[in-house]
Amino acid sequence: MNVLKTNSITMQFGGVIAVNELAIDVNEHEIVALIGPNGAGKTTAFNMITGVYKPTSGTVQYTDVQGNQIDITGKKPSDIAKLGIARTFQNIRLFKELSVYENVMIAKHLHLKANFLAATLHLPGYNKEQAEAEASVEKLLKSVNLWELRNEKASALPYGQQRHLEIVRALATEPRLLLLDEPAAGMNPKETEELTAFIRQIRDQYNLTIFLIEHHMDLVMEISDRIYVLDFGMTIAQGDPQSIQNNQRVITAYLGEDEDA
Amino acid sequence: MEFFQAFANMTAASFAQHMANGISLGSLYAMIAIGYTMVYGILLMINFAHGDIVMMACYFAFFGITVFHIPWFMTFIGTIIATALLGVVIERAAYRPLRDAPKNSVLISAIGASFLLENLANYLFSGRPMRFPDIPLLSQNIAVGGGVQIQAICFVIPVITIISLVVLLHIVNHTKTGMAMRAVSKDYEIARVMGINIDNVISITFAIGSAMAAIGAIMWGIRYPGITPMLGVMPGLKCFVAAVVGGIGNIKGAVLGGFILGLGEILIVAFFPQLSGYRDAFAFIVLILILYYKPTGLLGETTTEKV
Repeated sequence: MNVLKTNSITMQFGGVIAVNELAIDVNEHEIVALIGPNGAGKTTAFNMITGVYKPTSGTVQYTDVQGNQIDITGKKPSDIAKLGIARTFQNIRLFKELSVYENVMIAKHLHLKANFLAATLHLPGYNKEQAEAEASVEKLLKSVNLWELRNEKASALPYGQQRHLEIVRALATEPRLLLLDEPAAGMNPKETEELTAFIRQIRDQYNLTIFLIEHHMDLVMEISDRIYVLDFGMTIAQGDPQSIQNNQRVITAYLGEDEDA
Repeated sequence: MEFFQAFANMTAASFAQHMANGISLGSLYAMIAIGYTMVYGILLMINFAHGDIVMMACYFAFFGITVFHIPWFMTFIGTIIATALLGVVIERAAYRPLRDAPKNSVLISAIGASFLLENLANYLFSGRPMRFPDIPLLSQNIAVGGGVQIQAICFVIPVITIISLVVLLHIVNHTKTGMAMRAVSKDYEIARVMGINIDNVISITFAIGSAMAAIGAIMWGIRYPGITPMLGVMPGLKCFVAAVVGGIGNIKGAVLGGFILGLGEILIVAFFPQLSGYRDAFAFIVLILILYYKPTGLLGETTTEKV
């Protein structure tokens, strides 16, 4: 069963076609990667899926936990988030001035039901829900060893930990589908290896489906069930890591034309 | 030493009167400045119509009591609700359609909304000053000795301001709505992918800011009963200055800025009556000094521009 399916989505900015008739599907519990050279339209694809952009044409379909197929094309980002799609950003986008704890708590809070009155008067239902939220934030932060640093400003964390925090914040919204935009950007090989294990771990622990954009080929080849390759907005290849590695068009897109060939 | 004459003549009672005037004016500025700072915090725009929202609130209260004969406390509640709605409607009509437009367009739209309200009021209510009705107890003067009388509302204004501020800070810091507001003000793009409906958050911000303005406006009307369609212009400008002086985007800063301007304005005139012609200039001199020495305002955060 697919969780996410795009039907020939196209995004045109003036005369430029950033993404041309992209058709992907991501099945439940899969890890699927979207790769391609810079400017290929990968982040634009993410932006169409999460509602930041409305596709010029085509539709985006999402299947929720109950198995309902929902057309999410052009819905508001906040509504899409509520349906269970979370994302991280290519350039880390934390609430820099807020603490590590608050960053995750904000994401968690929005899914609480208690209203303003209950929160102000500390009604029993609110207290219970609040305690659950706090426990869940604590668990999430401990899973990435950030619990000790919970009162630090998010901007004070080292780079690798900011990445982890961003992923954990996305998890706090209780997603079913997690979109990661270059999670390993700027990481050294050791950190990338740790991240690879971490992504697998959260996939299994939270029963997630993961769709990611990445340039670190070690990570992509190791972790992905399937890969889509974009170049200048066009899908030039798709398949398992093995077949992508040997695909001539992909090699050409990344390395350029071989003059002797 | 003629310049310092007023110092020599100052008695404890008259000093108390000046302080009462200063603190109540400062509180009023604070109530209005909060609206500027909240909107700026979320939308990074100056809501130039805010001063005119204050003016409209004065008229709402005026008509409720004098024309419709609604009991004053009911009128005040109705005024706060109607003004909050007015703020939300202005945002919907004048600012929301320009959400993705350049910042200057929104600013110009805000000036347009301001002129529209002023001229609408002029047309509907005429430019003739009207007298805000006397409110039992609040409008009365209380003798404090030494032949000095202080209007009762002067004692009520700071109390109401502090209560409003405490409630507001509670909402912003300890409720889900407040958390959403803070999240949107820090980075609205992430806020919305985390499930925050930014349109609602913006509407709530305008509603709260305008409700605070309405509370300020009612007290303003009782304190300074002559109301005209241009009533909001000067206080609006000064309260905007107060928000900048305190550090725009910071609620406590807006309150601090309001008190500095209100007290400063009154005390300068009290001690140097010769300078009373420069009364309105005081706020802007403070603004220039603050922008020169601490451009982020007294409590403002230094932000580094994102690349």
